[in-house]
Amino acid sequence: MRIVCPFCGERELGEFTYLGDAKPQRPAADAGEDAVYDYVYLRDNIAGVMSEHWYHGGGCRSWLKITRNTLTHEISAVEPAAGAGAAKVGA
Amino acid sequence: MAGVQANRLANGGLIDRSDPLNFRFDGKSFAGFQGDTLASALIANGVKLVGRSFKYHRPRGILSAGSEEPNALVELRSGARREPNTKATTAELYEGLEAASQNRWPSLRHDLMAVNQLFAPIFVAGFYYKTFMWPAKFWEAIYEPTIRRAAGLGRAAGIPDPDHYDKAWAHCDVLIAGSGPAGLAAALAAGRSGARVILCEEDFALGGRLLSDGGTIDSMPAAEWLSRALAELAALPDVRIMTRTTLFGVYDGGTYGAIERVNDHLPSPPEHQVRQRLWRIVAKRCVVAAGAIERPIVFAGNDTPGVMMASAMRTYVARYAATPAKRVALFTNNEDGWRTVETALGAGLQIAAVVDARPDVSAAHRSLASKGGFPVLNGSVAAVDGGRDGVRKISVSLTGGARAEVEADGLAVSGGWNPAVALTSYHRGRPKWQDDIAAFVPDGAPPGMVAVGAANGVFGLGACLSQGFAAGAQAARDAGRSGKAGLTPVAEDEAFSLNPLWHVAGKGKAFVDQQHDVTASDIELAQREGFESVEHLKRYTTLGMATDQGKTSNVAGLAIMAAVSGKSIPETGTTIYRPPYVPVAIGAFAGHHRDENFHATRLTPSHHWAAEQGAIFVDTGLWKRAQWYPRAGEKDWLDSVTREVKAVRGGVGFCDVSTLGKIDVHGPDAGAFLDRVYINTFSNLAVGKARYGLMLREDGMVYDDGTTSRLAEDHYFLTTTTAKAGPVMQHLEFCRQVLFPEFDVQLTSVSDQWAQFSIAGPKTRDLLREIVDPGEDLSNEGFPFMGAREVALRGGIKARLFRISFSGEMAFEISVPARYGDALVRNLMQAGAPFGVTPYGTEALGVMRIEKGHVAGPELSGTTTAADLGLGKMMSTKKDFVGRIMAGREALVAPNRQVVVGIKPTDKASRLRSGAHIIPKGEIPGPGNDQGYVTSVCFSPTLDQWIGLGLVERGRERIGEIVHAHDPLRGEGYDVELCNPVFYDPEGGRQRG
Amino acid sequence: MKYSIFSLARAALSGHKNWQRTWRDATPKDRYDVVVIGGGGHGLATAWFLASEYGIRNVAVLEKGWIGSGNAGRNTTIIRSNYGLPGNTGFYELSMKLWERMEQDLNYNTMVSQRGVINLYHSDAQRDAYARRGNTMRINGIDAELLDLAAVKKMMPFLNFDNARFPVQGGLLQRRGGTARHDAVVWGYAHAASALGVDIIQNCEVTGFVRDANGKVTGVETSRGRIGAGKVGMAVAGSSSRVASMAGLRLPIESHVLQAFVSEAIKPLLPNVMTFGAGHFYVSQSDKGGLVFGGDIDGYNSYAQRGNMPVMEDVCEGGMALIPMIGRVRLLRQWGGIMDMSMDGTPIIDKTPVDGLYLNAGWCYGGFKATPGSGFVFAHLLARDESHEEAARFRLDRFRRGAMIDEKGVGAQPNLH
Repeated sequence: MRIVCPFCGERELGEFTYLGDAKPQRPAADAGEDAVYDYVYLRDNIAGVMSEHWYHGGGCRSWLKITRNTLTHEISAVEPAAGAGAAKVGA
Repeated sequence: MAGVQANRLANGGLIDRSDPLNFRFDGKSFAGFQGDTLASALIANGVKLVGRSFKYHRPRGILSAGSEEPNALVELRSGARREPNTKATTAELYEGLEAASQNRWPSLRHDLMAVNQLFAPIFVAGFYYKTFMWPAKFWEAIYEPTIRRAAGLGRAAGIPDPDHYDKAWAHCDVLIAGSGPAGLAAALAAGRSGARVILCEEDFALGGRLLSDGGTIDSMPAAEWLSRALAELAALPDVRIMTRTTLFGVYDGGTYGAIERVNDHLPSPPEHQVRQRLWRIVAKRCVVAAGAIERPIVFAGNDTPGVMMASAMRTYVARYAATPAKRVALFTNNEDGWRTVETALGAGLQIAAVVDARPDVSAAHRSLASKGGFPVLNGSVAAVDGGRDGVRKISVSLTGGARAEVEADGLAVSGGWNPAVALTSYHRGRPKWQDDIAAFVPDGAPPGMVAVGAANGVFGLGACLSQGFAAGAQAARDAGRSGKAGLTPVAEDEAFSLNPLWHVAGKGKAFVDQQHDVTASDIELAQREGFESVEHLKRYTTLGMATDQGKTSNVAGLAIMAAVSGKSIPETGTTIYRPPYVPVAIGAFAGHHRDENFHATRLTPSHHWAAEQGAIFVDTGLWKRAQWYPRAGEKDWLDSVTREVKAVRGGVGFCDVSTLGKIDVHGPDAGAFLDRVYINTFSNLAVGKARYGLMLREDGMVYDDGTTSRLAEDHYFLTTTTAKAGPVMQHLEFCRQVLFPEFDVQLTSVSDQWAQFSIAGPKTRDLLREIVDPGEDLSNEGFPFMGAREVALRGGIKARLFRISFSGEMAFEISVPARYGDALVRNLMQAGAPFGVTPYGTEALGVMRIEKGHVAGPELSGTTTAADLGLGKMMSTKKDFVGRIMAGREALVAPNRQVVVGIKPTDKASRLRSGAHIIPKGEIPGPGNDQGYVTSVCFSPTLDQWIGLGLVERGRERIGEIVHAHDPLRGEGYDVELCNPVFYDPEGGRQRG
Repeated sequence: MKYSIFSLARAALSGHKNWQRTWRDATPKDRYDVVVIGGGGHGLATAWFLASEYGIRNVAVLEKGWIGSGNAGRNTTIIRSNYGLPGNTGFYELSMKLWERMEQDLNYNTMVSQRGVINLYHSDAQRDAYARRGNTMRINGIDAELLDLAAVKKMMPFLNFDNARFPVQGGLLQRRGGTARHDAVVWGYAHAASALGVDIIQNCEVTGFVRDANGKVTGVETSRGRIGAGKVGMAVAGSSSRVASMAGLRLPIESHVLQAFVSEAIKPLLPNVMTFGAGHFYVSQSDKGGLVFGGDIDGYNSYAQRGNMPVMEDVCEGGMALIPMIGRVRLLRQWGGIMDMSMDGTPIIDKTPVDGLYLNAGWCYGGFKATPGSGFVFAHLLARDESHEEAARFRLDRFRRGAMIDEKGVGAQPNLH
C-alpha cells in the first residue's frame, strides 16, 4: 500500500501505523459508561469504504484520516487530522 | 571422459561453444557450454533419468524448459549452499556445477522406495485420511515419522546459509514482465514515449519464444530484429532491462515484488556480492507479457522420461542444440505442436510419427509428412511403453477404434497453451474462459495492470507485437509521457487451430500432477467422495501444490474434474492464484536482517565508556544497556550488583537512564493538555517542579508512568518508560491531533537529544558540586526534592537537573545534550573518585526500585489499574482524562482484584522467583485458589534476603499473611509473607534529605 | 463405510469405485432444530457435538462456499493449550483433550501430531512471563516445562546460538502441543456429523435472519431459500461482523488480514513447532515436508484475503534470525485469511442480545487450535442455553463489565493482539 501524506508526499506503508475506524467520536466528559463502552469497544467493521486513523510515525508524525476500501485496500482520500500540522484549529 | 556430448548438434544454438564447462550430476562428470541450463546440458549428454516422483518414486525425466518444470528437480551445489528442489530447467550451467538427484535411495537408477508403486492400489488420493489411526499412539511413534521421511523431495543444507541477500526499491512509469515479442514491443513503445521503463525477464537471455521459435519481424529474421530492438532499448536513457529477474507478486498501490538472481549462475557469489536481490518495484503501470505455458495431455505413461512438452523439445533443439531424442513422435491437438516437427526435421532428427487429435490436418503438414517420410495418425496416444531409460514405444488409438504402435525414443506433446494468468489474478480476479483457445485468460487484473500477447491468450507473433506495442504506448501515456512511440513492429500471425483434449482414457497410470503423482483416477476418486470444488480437489489430492505450483497440471486437473462431474470447465472454475509466481528463497525476503543485524542496535551515550569498563550489556528493546559492571574478584553477577547497590546506598553512584522516552511539551495549553492525558493534575504544577504522572489507556488500564517537569510556564518536559517511548509519543500525538485539537500545544520527541543520568546516594550533592557551576544552589532549600530546572555546568554547558529519585536515596537526574553524554560520564568518574563514585547498571537500578516498591514493566502489564498498583488515589475526580470512565467498570473496581504487594520468603535463606504463583498456605494448588503471582524479585543487599513484588488477590488487606509460593515449573515451593511493598525507608526521609 | 486399512485394501480390489461421498450432499429442509451458519471447523464441530453429545441431530450447517474455505483452510495448523489467563487455560486444555481423541471419535485421520510446541525466550523478563504462564498451566493440570539454554540447544541445535541479535536463553515447552492436518479436521467433522444425520449444505449463503413478532430469530434467509430454525448459531469467524449486522448487532471485533506461508517440501528439518520470542515468527514442518510459518497480522482492517510485503519480509526476517539454515529454502505460497480480532484477543461464545441467535466469534490467531473445544462448548450453549463451564468467561458482556481476558495486555486495540 502507498499512502500520499499531505505533508510528505507518497510514502510506503511501512512508514505508517494503523489505529482503526475514525468514525467513533470520543464522548463528552459527562457521557456515561455505556457511551464510552460503545466508543472504545464496538465497531461497524465495515467491508467496503471506511474512514480510518493512520499515523505517519516514520515521517512527519501526523495523524491522518484516510478513506480506504477494506475489500480492495484502495485509498481514495487522505486528509490530516484536525490538529495535525503546526496551525491550530481556529487560529 | 567428460567431453563427449553425444546428443549435441554439431552446429547452431545460442550456446557459446568456445566456453566449455564441466559439471557433475550424481557424482558423474559431464561437459556442457556456457549458455546451457543444467537440463539442456544433461540432454546433450544423453541423460534421460533425472529424478523420482514424490509418492511412487516413479522415474522421471525432463518435461519442460522453464520454471513450470515438475520433474527435473535436483539438489544443486553442496554443503551449506545445497539447494533442494532446484529446477534443472532454469539452473544455468557454470564451471564445476554439482547437482544430485533427490528423493531416492540408494540411487536414482535403483531406488528401493519405488516399492511404493506396489502399494499404488492403496496409496490413492487421501488414503492416509482413512488409515494410520490405530492404535492412536502409533501416529507420532511410527506412522508419521515414516511418512515424513518418505515425503519432502530434496534435503535442505541443514547449516546456516553463508550467502547474503539484498533488498532494494525501484520506481518507474511502466513495468514490463517478460521479454518475448510482446514485452519487447511494449518496452520499445513505452521507452520511445519517454517513460521510465523497467523490464524484468526471468531467463538469462532476452527474447522469450523468439529464442526457440524464430520467425520474421519487420522483414528480418527474428534474431536480427531482436538484437536491433535490444540495442535500441539499451540506448534509451530511462529503460532498465533486468535479466534473471522474476516478477513474482503484485501488492497494493502499484507495488510489485521481483527476485533478481544476481549470482546464481556462478559457483558462489563473488566477494562482497549478494546471491540474490529482492526488488520492491513501484510502478504506475504494469504490462504483463509473461507468455503462456504449454499444457500436457494426460495419458497412460505420460510421465515416462522422454515424454516432453513439444515447445520444450524445440527449445532444446533450436536454442541449445541439444537433442532429447533421435526418433521423435509428436502428439498434438493443435497447430502449434507441428512446429516441433519442423524444428526437429531441420536439425536432422527422425520423425517417427505425428499423432494429431484433430480430424483435419492441413495439406502443408501432409506434404511435410510425406517429404519427411513419417505417418500422420489421426487419434490419440493411449499409452507409452518405456521405463527409467526412457520412451521405447507408443501405442496410439486411432480415430475409428484401431490401434497403432510407433517406435520412438522421444514423445513431444502439445495440448495447447495456457496463458500465464497468475500475476493478473493475485488480487483475487478470476480468469475467464475463452472457448476458441480452450484456455483461461486474464480478467479482473489489479489496477494499472494489463496483460498482452500470449499471457492474454493472443498467440500469433504479429498480434503479440502489435498488442504489446499498443499497451506499452498506452501505459506511457497513462503515466503522463507523451513522446512518439513510432512504428509498430510487424509480423505475420501463425495459423491457429485446436481441438481441446485433456485426457485420453486408457489402462495404466495417467498423471495430471507429475510431481505429486496425482493421476486422472485420483481426480475421479475425489469427485466420487464429494471433493468436487476445485479447492477441495486441490487439498484432497494435493494437485497443483508442488514446487511447480501447478503450472502444467491445474487446468488439466480441473478439466478432468469438470468432465467427471458433468460441469463445464468455466463452471468448475480455477483455484485462487497465490504468489509468489516462482518459489523464492526465504533468505531473500529477509535480506540483511539476520544474525546481529536482525534489528537495529541503539547505544546509549555512555555505551563506549561502559564497554571500556567491561560492563555486561542487556538488550532492552533495541537498546543495549549496561546491566552491571563486574570487577576483578567478583564471583558472579550477584556480587557485582550487591556491591553497586551498597555503593549507592552508602555513597554515590550513577546510571545511564538516557533510554527513557523524553518529550518536550510546549504551548499555552501544555498544562491543560497534560491534565487530559495523565490521571493526575499537571496544570497546577509550579514552574521549577517535577511530578510523577500516570497515564491510562482509554480502556482504563495503566498505560505508562514517568516524571514530568515544568521548566517554564508553557514548557513541560515529559518522560516515559524505555519500553513505551515510541508508543506514548504516538498516543500523545493522537490525543493532541485527534482527540483534543483545540489545545494550543506542540510535542517534540527529544529522546535522542538528551543524555540523562541518575546520580544517587548520600554523597550525590558532593559529586554534583564538582561538575555544576559553583553559582548554582544545590542545597536542600535551593533545590528541594522534586525540584527541576536548568543549570550551568562548570565550563558553561547548560544541563537540566531534576531532583527525583527511583532508588529512594538522595538523588538527581541530570540531562545534557547527547553529544556531551560521554564527556559527562568521564567527568563524573573523575570528579567522583574522592567519593568512591560507582557506576551501576540496570540490575542495581532494579534492585533499588524493588526495595522502594516502585512499579515497573512487570507490574505495568497492561492488565493492571491504577488502584491495582496502589496508585488509585492519584486519579483526579475534578477533570476528564483518558481512561477515566472505563476505569470505573464493575470488574475493574471489584474488591477481589489482584493488587501489588510486597513478598518475602519466611526463610531468609530461601530464593524467591518471578512467575511463582501465590496459593493460600496449606491448600492444594488448583485453578480455584490461584491467587496471584510474583512479578519482580531481587536479592536485597539492604535486607540481606530475596524480596519481591507480586500481584495478589486482596493483597493490601492481607499484609502479614503467610502464603505459599508455588513454582512447579522449577520444582519449588516455599512460604512467603505478604508485606508492605516499600521495603526500604518507607517514610522517604532519605530521598528528601 | 468405516475407514481403516482393511476397508482401503478391499476398496483397492474394486479400483476404489465403491467409496461414498465423505459427507452427504444435503438439500436444505424447511426447518431444523439448530442451524449453524459457517461450515468451517468450528461450525462442523459444533454440529457433530450437537449430534453426538447432546442428541440433537436435526441440524444443518450452512456454508456460503465450500466447507473449510475460510480460516479452517488457511492457518498454520498449530494446536496447543499454553495459555496463561483464567478462562483461556481451561478452555484450550479441554480442546487439547478433544484433539487427543479426535481420530477415534471421527474415524478420520486428522494427523494430530503431538510433536511439541516451544516458545523461546530471549530475556529475563520474557522468562519470568513464561514462568508465570507455565505455572498457570501446571496448576491447571496441563503439561509445561521451562527449558534452559542447554536444553533448547540439545533439542534444536540448528537455532542461531552464535551471533544472534537477541540470543535465545530458553523456552517454555508444551510437549502435548503440535499440529494437525487442518483440511482433514474439516472433512473429518463433516464425515462424522453427516453420518449422524447432520445436513451439510454448501453454496448456501445466509442473506438475512427471519424474526418473529418478538424479535426472536426463527430462521435464516439464504441463497437457497428460507430455512426455519429453533436456534441459530453463528460460527463465521472472519465474517462475524457482517453476519451479525444482519441482526442489527455491532460486535467488539475488527477484521484483519493474517498472512501465512509455506515453503517447498523438503526432507525432515524441523522437529517441532517453535515460536521466536524476539520477533514475529512461528513455524512447523508439515508431514508433506513444507515449512509452514507465519507472523503478525498486517495491522489494518481488511477483508481482501491478501496481505502486503512488509509483513512478509518481517516474518522471513524473524525466520532467518532464528533459523539461519532456512535461507535457501524457497517460499512456495503466501495467502491471507480474515481474522476476527476481538478487543481483548480472546474469543466470544455466548448468547446474543437477539433471542434465538448465538455467537461464536473473535478467535484472533487462536481459532484452529480451538476447533474441537469451540464446537463442544458452542454445542453445549446451543443445547442447554447456558455456557459450558470452560467457556463461562467468554461472554459478550465482559467488555462492558471490565472483565477482559487480555493475554498480551494491549487493551482495546485489535491489531496489537
